[in-house]
Amino acid sequence: MPHRHSLTTLRDMLRQREISSSELTRHFLDRIARYDDLNAFITVQEETAMASAQRADKHLSNGEYGPLTGVPIAHKDIFCTRDILTTCGSKMLRNFIAPYDATVVERLADAGSVLTGKTNMDEFAMGSSNETSYFGPVRNPWNRERVPGGSSGGSAAAVAARLVPGATGTDTGGSIRQPAAFCGLTGLKPSYGRVSRYGMIAFASSLDQGGPLARSAMDAALLLKCMAGFDRRDSTSMAHDTADIDGALKINLRGLRIGLPTEFFDDSVNPTVLTRVREALAVFEELGASLVDIALPNSRAGIPCYYVIAPAEASSNLSRFDGVRFGHRSEQATNLQELYEYSRAEGFGEEVKRRILIGTYALSAGYYDAYYLKAQRIRRLIAQDFSKAFEQCDIIAGPTAPTTAFGLGEKTQDPVAMYLNDIFTNTVNLAGLPGLSIPAGPDDSGLPVGMQLIGQFMDEGRLLGAAHRFQQVTDWHQRAPEGF
Amino acid sequence: MTWEIVIGLEVHAQLMTHSKIFSGASTAYGAQPNTQACAVDVGLPGVLPVMNREAALMAARFGLAVGATINRVSVFARKNYFYPDLPKGYQISQFEIPVVSGGTLEIHTPEGEKTIRITRAHLEEDAGKSLHEQFHGMTGIDLNRAGTPLLEIVSEPDMRSPAEAVAYLRKLHSLVRTLEICDGNMQEGSFRCDANISIRRHGDKTLGTRTELKNINSFRFVERALHHEIERQIAVVEDGGDIIQETRLYDPERDQTRSMRSKEEAHDYRYFPDPDLPPLVISEADLEQLRDELPELPDARLARFISDYDLGADEAVQLTSQKEIADYYENAVTKADGETRLTANWINGELMAWLNRCNTAFTDSPVSPTMLGQLVKRIQDKTISGKIAKEVFQAMWNGEGSADDVIASRSLTQITDSSAIEQVVSDVIARFPDQSEQIRAGQEKVIGFLVGQVMKATSGKANPQAVNDILKKQLLN
Repeated sequence: MPHRHSLTTLRDMLRQREISSSELTRHFLDRIARYDDLNAFITVQEETAMASAQRADKHLSNGEYGPLTGVPIAHKDIFCTRDILTTCGSKMLRNFIAPYDATVVERLADAGSVLTGKTNMDEFAMGSSNETSYFGPVRNPWNRERVPGGSSGGSAAAVAARLVPGATGTDTGGSIRQPAAFCGLTGLKPSYGRVSRYGMIAFASSLDQGGPLARSAMDAALLLKCMAGFDRRDSTSMAHDTADIDGALKINLRGLRIGLPTEFFDDSVNPTVLTRVREALAVFEELGASLVDIALPNSRAGIPCYYVIAPAEASSNLSRFDGVRFGHRSEQATNLQELYEYSRAEGFGEEVKRRILIGTYALSAGYYDAYYLKAQRIRRLIAQDFSKAFEQCDIIAGPTAPTTAFGLGEKTQDPVAMYLNDIFTNTVNLAGLPGLSIPAGPDDSGLPVGMQLIGQFMDEGRLLGAAHRFQQVTDWHQRAPEGF
Repeated sequence: MTWEIVIGLEVHAQLMTHSKIFSGASTAYGAQPNTQACAVDVGLPGVLPVMNREAALMAARFGLAVGATINRVSVFARKNYFYPDLPKGYQISQFEIPVVSGGTLEIHTPEGEKTIRITRAHLEEDAGKSLHEQFHGMTGIDLNRAGTPLLEIVSEPDMRSPAEAVAYLRKLHSLVRTLEICDGNMQEGSFRCDANISIRRHGDKTLGTRTELKNINSFRFVERALHHEIERQIAVVEDGGDIIQETRLYDPERDQTRSMRSKEEAHDYRYFPDPDLPPLVISEADLEQLRDELPELPDARLARFISDYDLGADEAVQLTSQKEIADYYENAVTKADGETRLTANWINGELMAWLNRCNTAFTDSPVSPTMLGQLVKRIQDKTISGKIAKEVFQAMWNGEGSADDVIASRSLTQITDSSAIEQVVSDVIARFPDQSEQIRAGQEKVIGFLVGQVMKATSGKANPQAVNDILKKQLLN
């Protein structure tokens, strides 16, 4: 069955004409339809997907192909797609069709990929369980009563259930890595500026990064290479070549120093999660890496710092959803003030409103210094912690999340408990560093445990290379949830 | 009780870039609504701003011209508020670190030169326009202007009268046009002004409570609006009341100001650095190049006009008050055979009068600098008298061609041949014996009457000085 193959294998099979893109795309579309109870997709693009698969087949038969020609993928519904619905998981944009493609969408299309559809997500990427989506929660294919993680929960569930071989996600505080961990995937949050944010609906501009969700480091590297690079439409994107990604798969781990922050290995973490991570680290040692104890003393301040900066930026970024030009417009409004109030009250969900309120408060006159400026100072301290740590090690490792996938509805009434899911991931966004989550085996109930590798700025290659070596000698990443 | 008036001005100068400050859309004025607004200008989800470097260099150019500090690193900030013609719900502006800090501008006042300090100048994007009139019971939004680059130039409260405020504005207007960073078109809103006004008792050290006056977009309105607001404030205080800090709107139709919003209703703009834009960096090399390219500034031109063209201060001030006038003058003078003062008189006099009468802009004058210069030359070489020159000017204004064309077609060449004049003078003496006798009897004033008769008989073409001389010669010798 083709869906059992990795993205890289499928790409090779397409090139060798062992399978056509039309067959492959049909197969994945059928699976998307068959497993629609997972609610992984908001929009499925059957017709356009088949048309672009046929075009890919024509190219392949002429021997013309790009890095991903004919490979079906899916985009998180936060990336704008020309002529295709882009909802961002919100009622506010339930009818929004962008007149342009996001840079990531454009680049993956140029690479030859076939877009099957847009995946479900927490509303405006605000959530860690995919339960804030206007389009309903996504179910975790490993256990349908569990959450897939968030905010890129739809992409994670889709790749885990083999509905597509790879998908895009975005990560502001852990939104690629935590769902990758919960769904047994390899998910990469690139360095800030590595992937263009143009066309990616902004949540927190200084933290947001798009990246791949895939089944292996090799697949993730292939997707990243197509996504990354300077974009003149995004002033925060960086001109940085992909040599490190190209060289990643040849990396030797002999002499690699892996730093273990004491703060990431304390008793707040589920014991089984810690055990799996320690076992994985032992494998790295066998491969020639050495383990070093390091400290990230300010990481405890990460959550409060993140929950000032991210909502502050979000409160401003989401101001454009005012009912005037696009998006939901209230029918009840009789004047301008009501147009704003009702459109936003009706269009946004509870978590989005909570963060807009927090952010507006943090930026208000009289509170700005105490909250926003202080958070910026803490952010610098957190970044300095990492810089110091990297004097002693080459990459940093620990659990991706404190637990494995939790139950649907388990944390929806307790926002702070939900926020704590990102305790090991959001400091990486605050520091602008790359972070990768890889599967490290199952917990007692068979749910995947994720291990996070954190790299130096623009050092994705080393992360992917280390993960690839690990995946050459382990098979956690090849395990599929039962029934898929 | 006499009051001291304190005025500070905020000027929004639209920068003359071809494309917008954060997008590639055109900045041309007057297009069909919403045809010059791209995804970035409309603030669609997912779009990002990209700084137009040209706008930054124009801002630096201004800074150099007013002797300001150009901040080598400045920061864009978001000013958050909701308004239908503000697409993103925030305006990208500069707050804590503007591109230009400090600087001064010299103005001419009846008491002499005065220095007005400039606080800062920062870059920001313009909003769109709300159109209330065309749509019954609704508001139309035109986002063509959204994202047009603005330089907001903020002065210190250094002006002490509406006249000084106008002088400052005119000087600034002339400067930005000379620098070719703003077209200064006030009707199209390319050069807009808000004023902060307060009054205090002479000798008071602290400033009084100020009001901000918006919508004063012509030099005439500025002076009138300021006068009204000052009178209003004085009346309030002299009645024992207090000035309320508020924003007021000038209504030119009713010629009064009215309250728009009070301090309590003022927005909390929640400024914070825009995470989408890296800090704006202007390098030493950029500055070096800008310094080299700086044109002659109005003050330097004024000084040169006084020294090189031998002009009086007042007429030189008038000629350099606008770049176009000064350019016109310098072009005309090259054709006028060195008649620098006569050319100045004609521009400040006749040309100005005609432009005002016909409500015509300087650049649209039907009499070109070359035409005026040639006219002055014909006065200088005595082909025509000053009086006839006015007739020639009017004919040129009405499109009858160059000065020489008009002189030829209307046969206006001055009669300088004294034998021809002598003949006419003899005839006039014969026709007016009584007046001639009075002159001979010593009533020399009457000579003017006879001069007039000679001019009339020659259709004004005789040289009046020659006529005068010949009359005296014939009657008094």
